Amino acid sequence: MSRPVLLATPRSSRPPDPGANPAKVSFQAMSFSYRERKALSGVTLEVPEKRVTAIIGPSGCGKSTLIKSINRIAEVGTDVRVEGRVELEGLDIYAPGTDLVDLRRRVGMLFQKPNPFPKTIFENVAFGPRIHGSAGATDLEAVVEKSLRQAALWEEVRDRLHSPALELSGGQQQRLCLARVLAVDPEVILMDEPCSALDPISTARIEELIEELRQSYTVVIVTHNMQQAARVSDRTAFLLNGELVEVGETEKIFTNPSDRRTEDYITGRFG
Amino acid sequence: MKRRLAQILALSALRGIALAVLLTTLLMLASIAIGGASSISWEFLTAEPVEGMTRGGIFPAIFGTVCITLLMIVLALPLGVCAAIYMVEYAGNSVLSRVIRASVNNLAGVPSIVFGLFGVGFFVLFVGRSLDKVRGGGLLFGQPAMLWAAATLAVLVLPVIIVNTAEALTAVPRSHREASFALGATRWQTVRRVVLPQARSGILTGSILSISRGAGETAPILFTGCAYFLPRLPLVHLEIPFTGLSVPMVNPLDQFMELSYHIFIMATQSTDAAATRPIQYGTTLVLVGLTFLLNISAIFLRVRYRRALEAR
Amino acid sequence: MATETVVDEIAPPRRPRGRKRSLWGERIVEWFLTLNGFVAIAAILLIFLFLFKEGVQAFQTISPGRFIQTTELDFDNVPRTVRMWQPVSTNPKYSLVPLVLGSFLVALPATLIATLLGVATGIYLAEVAGKRTREIVKPGIELMAGVPSVVIGFFCLATLATLVQDAFGTTFRLNAFVGALGVCFVIVPVIATMTDDALRAVPGYLREGALALGANRWETILRVVVPAAASGLTASILLGMGRALGETMIVLMATGNAAQVTLNPFESVRTMTATIAAELGAVPQGGEQYRALFLVGSVLFAFTFGVNLLAEMAVSRMRKRLAL
Repeated sequence: MSRPVLLATPRSSRPPDPGANPAKVSFQAMSFSYRERKALSGVTLEVPEKRVTAIIGPSGCGKSTLIKSINRIAEVGTDVRVEGRVELEGLDIYAPGTDLVDLRRRVGMLFQKPNPFPKTIFENVAFGPRIHGSAGATDLEAVVEKSLRQAALWEEVRDRLHSPALELSGGQQQRLCLARVLAVDPEVILMDEPCSALDPISTARIEELIEELRQSYTVVIVTHNMQQAARVSDRTAFLLNGELVEVGETEKIFTNPSDRRTEDYITGRFG
Repeated sequence: MKRRLAQILALSALRGIALAVLLTTLLMLASIAIGGASSISWEFLTAEPVEGMTRGGIFPAIFGTVCITLLMIVLALPLGVCAAIYMVEYAGNSVLSRVIRASVNNLAGVPSIVFGLFGVGFFVLFVGRSLDKVRGGGLLFGQPAMLWAAATLAVLVLPVIIVNTAEALTAVPRSHREASFALGATRWQTVRRVVLPQARSGILTGSILSISRGAGETAPILFTGCAYFLPRLPLVHLEIPFTGLSVPMVNPLDQFMELSYHIFIMATQSTDAAATRPIQYGTTLVLVGLTFLLNISAIFLRVRYRRALEAR
Repeated sequence: MATETVVDEIAPPRRPRGRKRSLWGERIVEWFLTLNGFVAIAAILLIFLFLFKEGVQAFQTISPGRFIQTTELDFDNVPRTVRMWQPVSTNPKYSLVPLVLGSFLVALPATLIATLLGVATGIYLAEVAGKRTREIVKPGIELMAGVPSVVIGFFCLATLATLVQDAFGTTFRLNAFVGALGVCFVIVPVIATMTDDALRAVPGYLREGALALGANRWETILRVVVPAAASGLTASILLGMGRALGETMIVLMATGNAAQVTLNPFESVRTMTATIAAELGAVPQGGEQYRALFLVGSVLFAFTFGVNLLAEMAVSRMRKRLAL
């Protein structure tokens, strides 16, 4: 088998053994079905803490379903059936009686298309803390500022915190959504193709942010852009037709994948 | 947890209010049904009122209601459908189309008594008297008549027909029109052969809804043609020449009895309200039954149409 | 499937002989349809015209000031100012004040109560009811909207008024409050349906965003979905109020028809609509009272037109806001 060409230079600042961290989220033989069809079958995957894990695969392979099953957003508005286990720090999140509200506070999400609320910038970021009652009135301003700084948006909006969020550009809106997520102090941040609707410059800024975020949060990012996966992630998982084909260190996946299908996908033979 | 409690309370309250709203309607309808059930009989529906409305039937009112709604739909349907076709298929997204849409919306918001004023001022007095002047013979058109009442109702239900037809037309996928044009058909051919057949259901729904509306409205016809006690039906006998036979035909220039008008006068102005009460309930029940049947059919049609659309 | 039908239907249209004839036919059809297109515009313009034409003529014999108040001599021959609507009298009075007050004394409480009930029902329909429940409740609301107003008026007159009198101990059996309750019946479906539409127009990704932040269903509804649909809700309330002002049969049968200046909803009142309906039939055509009634109609039309215009502005604001 010919050596597949490395498509991107992996970051040199990566720690030597990304797999050594304890698993923050773990899938154990998990299958996920919507009303009419099975989206995931027999997925076993460990997402290490405070690392960036990328999920790649062709359209329709179940990437979105996979991450949306971690914060249980996949089941909103429809009936689903889940087999196997999904654990957040050892706790089965599909156990009956699971507090969805608390789960979704601990596991935040950035959507494919930026979706700020039709409110002011301040109101968007303050939404989470207000709901969870985690900040008093004066603390709220501090929390908002801190979150906006973390999302590298503070300098651009500090003078117009009370203007409509929808007036921001696409890239700014996505960073606002990130600030919104950070304001609830999550442990895991899920990103569902967060840059697919953005221009290259905004994309680069988000990728820089991901680099900073992994110091404090566990990040899972779904992307159809393999170069992006190679750039930002420590571990990569390749999904095909609802099955987990291969998972491993990003560098290994992109230079020496074990499975033929992975290699075919990475070299562009399909998808 | 406080938040969970708030959610349970709030959602239960919403459920409760929705339920209460529906229940109140049911209770109202039930009270009418209970009050009127005893009056309903075959005689009630087919006989004429006697003894100052304390006995007998309401057949003339039923007949009048049927006549006027039919006349109304004959006037309103072609106008409304053509207007909708023009608005959707020909005028597109132009300023004119928006003006028409705005006019339709405004027409829908006009109070029903204003239609009554319009009916008297325009149809009876302006159009009617002008026709009499042209005819030069005396007062024939310039007085309250079924024709003018039907015309007034037609203007009232015009928005219903236009809106429903327009909805049905826009529901037809654009690609069908494009395919038709690509084959060389003209716009009217496309509308007639491709778009309209698919919009049939929506037009039917609109017609049924407007008939129901027309049967239930009272204010527009208060002064444009209704009568309280008319011992004869609004018929005229047309003689067929050479045969000596005469055919009864509805006379649109006559006055007529009508269900909703009958209820109104009976309830507010009859000389012996208590004695006519059972008939009041009975008539109300008949009107409610009629409009209910019409509305249910319209809803049923719409559901079936939607399911057929999704199945495609 | 449908494409096949289309092709079959138009595949062999009978081609008229020569291009010219088909063009002519097409032109005539288009001209005819254009004419019809204007029927709605013509209708609303004609209504406007005939209403104001007759109404304005009222000013020929009645000075504008008299439409607010008149002076008359009381029993001691002392002049005093009265605001009464009493066209049939030796000193005809045409004050619009009791009529306008009457209309609003019915419309405002009705809109208030109907807003509470209607918005709640609308929220229930759009956000809480399951798919199967919705298929029962939504037609239920539509059927409620289909009840003729004369039937509701009859119910108020025959049953509701007595209930209210027993519950509140009112002096007058038929009063503005009873009328308001009846009018409620008519406008709750209007507000509920429009609220439902406005909430369903809020895109799903906003709801998902809120849920993903840890908000529960009620918090998402209250803090994200309803505020996003605010303009639509405003429009529905305004339209409801427009309907309430224009309602005729219910107020005619249930409010007692006494034209007096009062702010007490438990007294009998006379609305603008009821005045027209009650008096137009008995009035000589072309006379002073006849014209005054048309003027009342014009004032009424102005009010409802204004309210509907505000509602439309609110709707277009909502469209712009969500389209961003």
